[in-house]
Amino acid sequence: MKKSWLLLTASLLSSMALPAEAALKVLACEPEWASLTTELGGEWVDVSSATTAQQDPHRIQARPSLIAKTRNADLLVCTGLGLEAGWLPLLLQQSGNPRIQAGQPGYLSAGDAVPRLEIPTRLDRSAGDVHAAGNPHIQQDPRNIARVAEVLAKRLAVLDPQHAALYQHRYADFMARWNAAIKRWNTQAAPLQGMAVVSYHKDMEYLIHWLGMNKIGTLESGPGLEPSSAHLSALVQLLQQQPAKLILRTPYQNERASLWLEERSTARAVMPPFTVGGTPEATDLFSLFDDTLARLLGAAQ
Amino acid sequence: MKRLLLLALTTALCLPCALPTLAADKTDTTPNPAVTDTSEARQLREQIQQMRRAFDAQLQALERRLADVESRQAHNAPAATEPSPQPVATAANAFNPQIGVVLSGTYSNLSQDPDDYRLQGFMPGGDETGPGSRSFSLGESEITLSANIDPDFYGQITLSVEADDSIGVEEAFVRTTSLPDGLIATGGRFFSNIGYLNTQHAHNWDFTDTPLVYQALFGGQYSTEGARLSWLAPLDQFVELGVELGNGYSFPGNDVDKNGVNATTFFASTGGDIGDSGSWKALLSYLHTHATQRDYDDIDSTGANVTNAFSGDSDTWGAGIVYKWAPNGNMLDTNLTLQGEYFYRNDDGSLMYDVFNQSGGPAWGPYHAAQSGWYFQSVYQFMPRWRVGARYDQLYADTRNISPALNSADFSLLDGYNPNRSTLMIDFSPSEFSRFRLQFANDNSQPDHTDHQIFLQYIMSLGAHGTHPF
Repeated sequence: MKKSWLLLTASLLSSMALPAEAALKVLACEPEWASLTTELGGEWVDVSSATTAQQDPHRIQARPSLIAKTRNADLLVCTGLGLEAGWLPLLLQQSGNPRIQAGQPGYLSAGDAVPRLEIPTRLDRSAGDVHAAGNPHIQQDPRNIARVAEVLAKRLAVLDPQHAALYQHRYADFMARWNAAIKRWNTQAAPLQGMAVVSYHKDMEYLIHWLGMNKIGTLESGPGLEPSSAHLSALVQLLQQQPAKLILRTPYQNERASLWLEERSTARAVMPPFTVGGTPEATDLFSLFDDTLARLLGAAQ
Repeated sequence: MKRLLLLALTTALCLPCALPTLAADKTDTTPNPAVTDTSEARQLREQIQQMRRAFDAQLQALERRLADVESRQAHNAPAATEPSPQPVATAANAFNPQIGVVLSGTYSNLSQDPDDYRLQGFMPGGDETGPGSRSFSLGESEITLSANIDPDFYGQITLSVEADDSIGVEEAFVRTTSLPDGLIATGGRFFSNIGYLNTQHAHNWDFTDTPLVYQALFGGQYSTEGARLSWLAPLDQFVELGVELGNGYSFPGNDVDKNGVNATTFFASTGGDIGDSGSWKALLSYLHTHATQRDYDDIDSTGANVTNAFSGDSDTWGAGIVYKWAPNGNMLDTNLTLQGEYFYRNDDGSLMYDVFNQSGGPAWGPYHAAQSGWYFQSVYQFMPRWRVGARYDQLYADTRNISPALNSADFSLLDGYNPNRSTLMIDFSPSEFSRFRLQFANDNSQPDHTDHQIFLQYIMSLGAHGTHPF
């Protein structure tokens, strides 16, 4: 009897002591930020991603499971720039968690850390689902990953000062490997320079910008507007005058329009992983870019 | 506009700077022999050289900008990597709340006169009952203003165009943003958490109208003025518990002219994911409210129009479940929603016949009624932009006890009946912000005839980006 009381007390005490030692709970809106947080936080962070590579981050439901995760999170890492405008505000509102509200240390908007492409000079929805703060699909430029890594490492240290030195160390280690990888990718990607490409949505801009490719058009007639037959046939005509090499799409976009255009042009349809988990090969940030280049170079041959 | 201005500015700047450059070139190539090589002359020459270099640099910079502007115009694409020019926040309107406008309109074709519409067996609960008016109407157009008030509060007001063309306040509330531990307090007028569909605004509905059970038991949607406290449990599983204290003015309550809390709602919900593709939410709720002389029009046993009234307690229990599915959780191409809710209401009190003495009244006696209803609906997006949906409504109003002191034939509207309705819809969304819907319904809300209803509806949202509640 006495023993069981002791055991109970001990287990109670240990469960009470647990929070101090518990890992920082991080909810990433997209898989790339979950991977980056794991790179920088290691075992000191408990990371989950609100979306997978198979899901369109524009169209996510503020599901009960996500509200529960937001309620318990110490840090939210999201792209921002309006990418999650349809669901993140609901998660924040319904979470009852003051630590991760916008403006708090527990809210990190990755898009704020990078130079943005395509900041619209005209804000009007006649142009489709325009993002006022610029193109939010920032993760396909490895230099952006490095920029976000810097602010994320600092933020982890602010939220978990006990392990600040550890985060700094992991950041330095990650950056050394990352910079070496960027050098390697730049060399590998040389044949892609100047290559003409078509994308499904305006979501490949940062990849195209980084690799110096030349975008000719999109399958959508405007951001968030489904490919229409009129627009697609105009695109076929355009490609006859200005042949493209590649037709890019993400894992969550339907392949139909890509394959349709492939049949009617000299371009090859290709699906880079887009984010971590987008292809079986893209298991972390390094393999994300390895596989992206492998697929682009493979299709461009 | 901005680009044009920049272009004009660049051209204007280029002209004067190009001229001195030419002039400087001239002086340089034809030196004046009369000027001796004094230190003053050398100084002047150096100054000229400096100026020319400066002008050249300026000209080149401007030319680059011009080329940049022109190429941008040619591609009709917005600016590249440079950080955006930050607009200077101007005075007061920089803090204007977000404005979201929903424009909605309906064309209705009804085989029965909507003025004669009633849900047989149920006391009517306001003007949101029934299919609305025939022909064209503005439907549920609404304006929502919202913003954070300060670090602790968020505020929102939604105004909507009512059936009688007046502007009504659908919701106007403040909500806390900084309470810890999953607590959220809300105060003002808001849609109660009594049911899953109850908290949703009309533009988020999957059908043109609310389920019959909502019309019968809540007069469309149950809103309350008061306060809500909800708590999210610190679990991996979503568990939310909450209580609402209200003035009880909304049907099935009414203006009881009493201090204190006149309506209380308790709710509990939970939910989660089933793999990557499915997710669900279930809700249980209870509402206790009270009515005092809540009157309604009826026809008595002599065929005269009379006004009767109910006073007493009204208790409602609700249960609902929602399941959503999309392949790998990707809503883009196809997705499916299944949803059903059940409500049961117990009215206990007294009934007054002919309140205004139009037909020999008044008279009163004890009254008890147990009424219930459910709906089940399914909406399937079978390809991008296109959705189809089906819904079935069933009500039960066959258990009622009218005191022998009254003649039950004087309450024709309360004659027992089980109304039902079948609805089909198809909608098309050209973009995330616009939708057209065609809906057919067979409404058997009265025993003697079926109302064949056709609705053609548009729902357009402009301004602030809308959110999609689960």
